[in-house]
Amino acid sequence: MAKKASVGPPDAAGAFDAPTAIGLLRTMWRIRAFEERVGVLKRADEVYGLIHLSIGGEGVAAGVCSQLRDDDAVYSGHRAHGHALAKRAPLERVLAELMGRSDGLCCGMGGSMHLVDVEHGFMGATGVVGGNIPMALGAALAPRLEGGDSVAVVFFGDGAVQAGHFHESINLATLWELPVILVCENNGFAEFTPRSAHTKVERVADVVAPYGLARETVEGSDVRAVWEAFGGFLQLARGGEGPFLLECLTHRLRGHYEGDAVAYRDALSADEWQRKDPLVQLTRVSTAAGWLTEDELAVIEAEARSEVERAVEFARASAYPPVELIGQLVYAAGTPS
Amino acid sequence: MSHELPYIAAISEAIQLEMARDESVLYFGQNIATTDDDPFLKAFGGDRVRVTPISETAEIGMAIGAALAGYRPVVELYMAEFMLVAMDQVVNEAPRFRYMSGGKVKVPLVLKAGYGFTAGWAGQHTGSIYSMFVGVPGLKVALPSTAADAKGLMATAIRDDNPVCYFHHYLLTLEHGEVPDGEYLVPFGVASVRRPGKDVTIVATGWTVDRALAAAEALSEQGIDAEVIDPRTLAPLDTDTILESVAKTGHLVLVDQATRHGSASAVIAAEVADSGFASLKAPIKQVTALDASIPYSEPMERYLLPDEEKIVATVLAVLGTAPVPA
Repeated sequence: MAKKASVGPPDAAGAFDAPTAIGLLRTMWRIRAFEERVGVLKRADEVYGLIHLSIGGEGVAAGVCSQLRDDDAVYSGHRAHGHALAKRAPLERVLAELMGRSDGLCCGMGGSMHLVDVEHGFMGATGVVGGNIPMALGAALAPRLEGGDSVAVVFFGDGAVQAGHFHESINLATLWELPVILVCENNGFAEFTPRSAHTKVERVADVVAPYGLARETVEGSDVRAVWEAFGGFLQLARGGEGPFLLECLTHRLRGHYEGDAVAYRDALSADEWQRKDPLVQLTRVSTAAGWLTEDELAVIEAEARSEVERAVEFARASAYPPVELIGQLVYAAGTPS
Repeated sequence: MSHELPYIAAISEAIQLEMARDESVLYFGQNIATTDDDPFLKAFGGDRVRVTPISETAEIGMAIGAALAGYRPVVELYMAEFMLVAMDQVVNEAPRFRYMSGGKVKVPLVLKAGYGFTAGWAGQHTGSIYSMFVGVPGLKVALPSTAADAKGLMATAIRDDNPVCYFHHYLLTLEHGEVPDGEYLVPFGVASVRRPGKDVTIVATGWTVDRALAAAEALSEQGIDAEVIDPRTLAPLDTDTILESVAKTGHLVLVDQATRHGSASAVIAAEVADSGFASLKAPIKQVTALDASIPYSEPMERYLLPDEEKIVATVLAVLGTAPVPA
């Protein structure tokens, strides 16, 4: 594994410029507007089931997925809405899925924690912490067997790092040198418990140090840092190298799930949230650089919110799936020949 | 045309034929292909034949990811119990992915697991744990009892678009049998009537099929004509063949090497009680292992397991020619 003297990524392929920033802002606003609306719909019982919102993590989803192609496989976990949207899953169909409708991304069979959009390479979210990590290795095996420069990316939280899945997978990925980028969103809380109650190792990047893979820890609220670090790893992975680990320090604004009373931590002050909100950070950078005006920003936000409202109407108008679907989906049909 | 092969070689033959036929078939496992002259490695190369660390979760999870990416992995697990290490992947990921995605994906995967090795391996390597997987929607479960079925069910498992737990019985490993040459597929969900009979139906799986056949021979000397059925796959389960047989014989004895409660035989008993009760002339009886882990000591091991004598005694009891054993 002595391929690099430094453990961090090289410079990203392109420059972080105005079109990049504006594209990221659009994606992040779509996620923010979506998540806020889902929270409201959940409280109104229009969204069914267990919901985990990613407000505060938009920068990671956007900074990573905006650089990926449809043939790059992304795996995610229980907090998957942002990743799916950033990987270009149709927003109205994601919302319809959360509302259990037949026009949902998965026909209402999977819901919030099990989004799958094969067309855009969002191969799937799984609801068991860490269960998705080994699957990304299987996806990364494809370019190894077929050639090609596609990569696999898996998102997981810091809670997954204490699970056996993670350690087995990091060992196998380094052993087989698979082109997979592991993106850990370290928000300091594994479900309802602080990281300090889970492990002595504060940084996930330190956990994997013995395997010798290139790794980097960045502030998840600093979208530019996420974009650049991920872009550097991506460039290497496209060249067939891997694995890589990107640790993004984020803040989960909401509780673990919608309805969580969050008794285990103090609420963030408005000032602190201003510092940890990735949208605020990128807005500041972009306006300071003169890449867009306050008015143009307002248009981006308004467009995102109106897209979400259209999605609400779309989902409300969609029928519930027919019960016949159950019998059709347990097993893949087709007699082997 | 056919040739004689040991059961275990028949399984390997099926995997080799399928790997030659379809480049998307991959073979992963611990301790496989450890020498350069390994036949799989020589025929298919190190890309498709890969040794893995002792990491069942990563191994099976990676295979699921490869299946989702369009491959057909076969994972060599040696011992069925090793799947227990990776239950999240086996039970909660592989069989649910297609369903939860609304049918957008499929997971063609074979988990090849040996079981039932009651040869002094004691409590953790000897279980007949297939029934744990029978109740998992989306999983298929195959249990070959002959060399020919071992080949044919493996080929079918590899071509199936669903995750399949393929349980081969360790006590049958070196049992020889005639195996059809070339491509040979045994359909899932089609039971094999191994011995036709009119007086009593005996349903047995895996290693207990030969015990049931021996019991049937012994019973024939007493003028009792037993029908022996091997379901071959427990999911899907061919209940029709069993119900038709019970309609004919009116008596049902179920033989299962697994512990009694939650066993495959209990599932079959429930199906027959539900749909074939009117055919029954006597209660359904089960000959299973005791509800205990397998002990180490050989006489104790024998005491705990179903055998020919227990099957004969139970059949006689069901037919009313002997008191029902306690």
